Amino acid sequence: MSSSATLTSQEYIQHHLTNLTFGHLPGHGWGFAHNSADAAAMGVWAVNVDTLFFSLLLGGLFAWFFKKVADNVTAGVPGPAQNFVEWVVEFVDENVRGSFSGKNPMVAPLALTIFCWILLMNIMDLIPVDLLPWLAGMVGVSHLRVVPTTDPNTTFGMALMVFGLVLYYSFKIKGVGGFVGELALQPFGKWGMPANLLLEGISLISKPVSLALRLFGNMYAGEMIFILIAIMYGGGVVLGATAGVLQFVWAVFHILIITLQAFIFMVLTIVYLDMAHQEHH
Amino acid sequence: MELEVAQAFAMAIKFIGAGLMLGLGAVGAGVGIGVLGGRFLEGAARQPELIPMLRTQFFIVMGLVDALPVIAIAMGLYLMFAA
Repeated sequence: MSSSATLTSQEYIQHHLTNLTFGHLPGHGWGFAHNSADAAAMGVWAVNVDTLFFSLLLGGLFAWFFKKVADNVTAGVPGPAQNFVEWVVEFVDENVRGSFSGKNPMVAPLALTIFCWILLMNIMDLIPVDLLPWLAGMVGVSHLRVVPTTDPNTTFGMALMVFGLVLYYSFKIKGVGGFVGELALQPFGKWGMPANLLLEGISLISKPVSLALRLFGNMYAGEMIFILIAIMYGGGVVLGATAGVLQFVWAVFHILIITLQAFIFMVLTIVYLDMAHQEHH
Repeated sequence: MELEVAQAFAMAIKFIGAGLMLGLGAVGAGVGIGVLGGRFLEGAARQPELIPMLRTQFFIVMGLVDALPVIAIAMGLYLMFAA
């Protein structure tokens, strides 16, 4: 569906997997990258504009909608919007109550935000893969990746935020000595300190990494399969019709993955924060 | 001629690798989710009143188990068609 007539399937896939990157290209000055090599040459300070745009848009949508409902809340017969929001809030609240044993008013709102935001970002995957990039191409935007969670920057950003909170509350609740002691003295006692540090360090670091990679990998895989099915549209009427059916089937299956991954990110956040709040004796 | 053979060989290895990724990932997930689902049904049969709680836990663990094979599938397909 791109402008050039001779587009191989590899180029098509690569085009779909390239972010709209803005940054400083050595020798060319500030501007948008034209391909992934350009984007790589821009270094650390390059910004994925499409990721930022869609994630902030969806985050704003979530905040705006929930704020609007909360402002117009009524004790009488609630409207459909209030019903829906109450249902979501109750669902998250139930999960927090179930898995979080400490006392912290921040955890439930955090869990709600994480769940709704990730869910909204994942839902962008259900929009036909070519639709938004094609529309953007008409107004002159060369690359567009619609699903922010298929960009590892988003998922690692969120996971590192959670990791930062885990560290903060570990130090705050357990104290420096308590937290370091937990890392250094746990499985094997004080004589096995190097082994303890290694094991506990790995399990500590693996938390944000697995959190981020799980979400990213699932969403990337889902989008990859959408793209691969979309290639079949170029193969004539029969293949095209098959591809249409396949897209639909995969989209239906993908609804499960989308919700599940948002839910798991939320639950694991709660569990990690719960571990940070537990004092060992 | 040497070069063509080498290229064909590299291609074949790539496809074998992708096949291994898809297949072994599916084997692992199949065993894992099979055991998980079986135990879920056992638990549900023993204590039907716990089904809502068990279902939540079931889905959490299923998401954890399911993540790696899905990633392997995507990487395998990427290897086959795009790389």
